[in-house]
Amino acid sequence: MGTVLRGLVPIGDCAWQLPKKGAMRVPGVLFASAELVQAMDAKVFEQMANVATLPGIVRASYAMPDAHWGYGFPIGGVAAFDAEEGVISAGGVGFDISCGVRLLHTGLPVSELRDVRERLADLLQARIPAGVGSRGRIRLSPSDMDAMLEGGARWAVDRGWGEREDLDHVEERGCMDGADPTAVSERAKQRQRDEMGTLGSGNHYLEVQRVQRIFDGAAAARFGLVQDEIVISIHCGSRGLGHQIGTDYLRRMALEAGRHGLQLPDRELACAPIRSVTGQAYLGAMRAGINCALANRQMLTHLVREVFAMLWPSAPLRVIYDVSHNTCKLERHEVDGEQRLLFVHRKGATRAWPPGHASLPEAYRDTGQPVLIGGTMGTASHVLVGAPGSEERAFASACHGAGRAMSRHAARKRWRGGEVRDGLAGRGILVRSPSLRGIAEEAPEAYKDVDAVVEAAERAGLARRVARLVPLICIKG
Amino acid sequence: MSSVGWEHFHHDADIGVRGYGDTLGEAFEQVALAMMAVIIDPGDVQARCPVNIALRASEPDMLLFDWLNELVFVMAARNMVFGRFDVRVDESSLQLAATAWGEPVQRDRHAPAVEIKGVTLTELAVRRLDDGRWLAQCVVDV
Repeated sequence: MGTVLRGLVPIGDCAWQLPKKGAMRVPGVLFASAELVQAMDAKVFEQMANVATLPGIVRASYAMPDAHWGYGFPIGGVAAFDAEEGVISAGGVGFDISCGVRLLHTGLPVSELRDVRERLADLLQARIPAGVGSRGRIRLSPSDMDAMLEGGARWAVDRGWGEREDLDHVEERGCMDGADPTAVSERAKQRQRDEMGTLGSGNHYLEVQRVQRIFDGAAAARFGLVQDEIVISIHCGSRGLGHQIGTDYLRRMALEAGRHGLQLPDRELACAPIRSVTGQAYLGAMRAGINCALANRQMLTHLVREVFAMLWPSAPLRVIYDVSHNTCKLERHEVDGEQRLLFVHRKGATRAWPPGHASLPEAYRDTGQPVLIGGTMGTASHVLVGAPGSEERAFASACHGAGRAMSRHAARKRWRGGEVRDGLAGRGILVRSPSLRGIAEEAPEAYKDVDAVVEAAERAGLARRVARLVPLICIKG
Repeated sequence: MSSVGWEHFHHDADIGVRGYGDTLGEAFEQVALAMMAVIIDPGDVQARCPVNIALRASEPDMLLFDWLNELVFVMAARNMVFGRFDVRVDESSLQLAATAWGEPVQRDRHAPAVEIKGVTLTELAVRRLDDGRWLAQCVVDV
């Protein structure tokens, strides 16, 4: 079936095994083309192997085609743990809990933008709080904060930030059960007080995009994707609250690891037995963080609708889907012919339910789950759909983006923000950001080829390509 | 290079920050400047508002983790950036007493590039070099 590459044994098209060695309890499995494997940092393989040593890990330590060097877990890492014997890891979810992408349908042809593109970009920039030091439009009182952490996007809709139907197309129907606001520190809540409905910075963005190519007509039609129509992508997460929960529990788990008898090959793998006090507290806090991210994307959706209503009063901006890529979720999966409850960590990886899965909204039950793959400024984004058999491959998971090819530091040395912005404008992409340096660090060329990543995801049977989206307007933090 | 200073080092997705000093306190000052330089040019910050910070930890590297995370928290909660630090660390008791000098973020003047989500345990190290200087470093998630 081909030759061994960088210590990886080929086991299928775009599928490789990292054989068990040393303290690994299970093998590693990486989904990628030979070209992507060649280009990967060796740290990815080391981190996959480290994750495979954690107690209670089931089947394999997985990495997606966009895997790159992360903290403890590789970014693009997926690992499932037994719900009784396993661990839960703050490092395995990351700082930006439930960071994700929401895709909105407009039904507007690209030609509608011809005379108003600059104006739309300016209106969006004025309306969407983005970047360091930006503040949201509301300040949450302590009781509002707890209600938001328990209610997620459902809370936001109840407060007038959107429509009931929006929730049908959000993972968990917009509200993650089991959130525990009392497990979230006062510091985390303090960081979030003024940050609801803000985009953040770094690789987060709001984009107006064109559906440039359709790969799967039937699925595209079901999702409402039409060639040369406009869609909107929102990429952001749980803001300061999630970051502080990650910090608080990373510290606590790292300090307690010895007490739980955990031998960690890397401190960043900080975790706790799922049945321990710390494990349960993190679970409740992390779920509150998921709700914060869902509420945040819901509030941003409302702000985008306000802007679009100024220009196109009759465009309702339906939610196509909202999917998170830094999570740990309790899911039922079949393992060796047996149904088991597992805590599935996805760090820089999306869920990708196959057609027919019971948790899918009715409208997508027979197509499979929309999988939203983010790009950056000049690069494409993709809509995929969970492939039949995805549960057997990597517990129904797929990639989440392109991943950086170059560090921020190197990008800043190579490009100037103004040049990047003007270059993109020359290609018809309007970028609005308060920070030229931020634009330089996020230059499209600093990212890997997202097309190669999604092609590998398709060949590996994780998810199938539905549509390719290209940016027209990009609001950055 | 001079005995005291800071630099950034490579991490695929994010950025590493490193400080050197003749004392542990100086190394902590420098690594804090390196972290600020991820966000802004520390030279653009007017040191008008002092913020006092006191911490204690059981290991030097956890003290560094706590020190930088404290700054991340104060920056987020008070919407500030810092340009100067005065840090004293008792090397035996691992008690830290510091003053961070800065001001509220002004987007036009500071043009912040990115916010820091958190300080990681990746490449976290506090150690004495062969030449007697202290090194303090870690990767920050942006």
